[in-house]
Amino acid sequence: MHIETQHYADTIVAAPAGRIDHRSAAELEAALAPLLEQTGAARGALVLDFARVDYISSVGLRVLMVAAKQMRAQQARLSVAALQSVVAEIFTISRFDKVLTVCVTLDDALAQGSSAALAAYRAARPSSTT
Amino acid sequence: MKGVRFWGTRGSLPVALTAAGLQHKLRAVLRASQGRRLDSDTDIDRFLATLPFATAGTYGGHSACVQIDASGSDYFVCDMGSGLRALGQAAMSQRAGKAQTFHIFMSHLHWDHIMGLPFFVPAFIPGNRVFIYGSHREIEAALRRQQEPPSFPVGFDTIFESRVQFVALEPGVRHEVAGIGVTTMLQRHTGDSYGYRFDGGGKVLVYSTDSEHPLSDPEHTDRFVRFFGDADLVIFDAMYSLADAISVKADWGHSSNVVGVELCQMAGAKHLCMTHHEPVFDDNAIEAMLAETRRLEEITRSGAPLLISAAYDGLEIRL
Repeated sequence: MHIETQHYADTIVAAPAGRIDHRSAAELEAALAPLLEQTGAARGALVLDFARVDYISSVGLRVLMVAAKQMRAQQARLSVAALQSVVAEIFTISRFDKVLTVCVTLDDALAQGSSAALAAYRAARPSSTT
Repeated sequence: MKGVRFWGTRGSLPVALTAAGLQHKLRAVLRASQGRRLDSDTDIDRFLATLPFATAGTYGGHSACVQIDASGSDYFVCDMGSGLRALGQAAMSQRAGKAQTFHIFMSHLHWDHIMGLPFFVPAFIPGNRVFIYGSHREIEAALRRQQEPPSFPVGFDTIFESRVQFVALEPGVRHEVAGIGVTTMLQRHTGDSYGYRFDGGGKVLVYSTDSEHPLSDPEHTDRFVRFFGDADLVIFDAMYSLADAISVKADWGHSSNVVGVELCQMAGAKHLCMTHHEPVFDDNAIEAMLAETRRLEEITRSGAPLLISAAYDGLEIRL
């Protein structure tokens, strides 16, 4: 699975795309591994931009649970942002909205991380105001 | 096989509707009835049928017991939770002086699945026969132990004499029991549990309770998808939310509505019936979970629709 990544101050924004199902969840897990390592070592933040994810299965949700646990153990942070409506419903029904940090927009997620990350993001995307 | 009837649908521990819970329902019913003419029982029944099940009914509180209507006169039963007592009362009322035969299939030996046997009146009746099937080696020992002092006042032999017999089922092998095909499969649960796949009369029923699904193991998933394959009905342990099942309640041996939907969709099953309800859930919580699960099926559907139900004590499902 290809994941686009951007760095903003102490925060990495990673944007997977497509379906995260029983077949592709292992690819997501492998793709996230180096990002989790970097974020953990820096005690920074990893934001998963889900704007282009249109489905996630239980196996994919487990990958997020394991990632969040790893981040907490390393005093780093993980959040998921910009969920499509179907994916947001899956988070609600599975109660993953209660155990992961879920933000409505990418801005919200960055703002929860650090002001430096948000400033860097807005500087890179001057049109972004929400 | 024609269908099933649920006699016990609660997990871990039987529960009962409290006076406060009943009054809460009555208040809602009376509020909804204002302005309606309810002059006859027919009027009242029609009105009650318009109300949410959580308002006018209750999911009940007996622990696991499901009867399979296998067409013949023999009784087929899955598990001996506290619901077995009520099943026994019903069987006694249908006895008409004739000897009865019961085939009881054990998922496992935890107390919520065995506690009904000492109160199962048909097993006290001379001439009746009770066959207890399962893939655990310790079934007889577990059932005898629950009636030993100081746990129970009357011993196993005193009550049941030779009317109760035990039959071992080798997992993965299809056995014939009174015209019904029975296959068991090992499931993940402390002390092991076994799922059952019954086939007969062109219908397939899967009973899979007290089963945890490790999401990191694709072979495990494939095994269950095959076991559930094209089932007309899958009775499934959906005790926890997915988040709970893989975090704070990981290794507790139970599953979730989300995994139930996914396995049934992958298996091409027709109907998922959730059971083994969490004892702390009230009727509204179970009804809300049912609505959410139906919505999940709807938004994730890629093939034929999967029917979704939540079991309650007394629910009958035709196959």
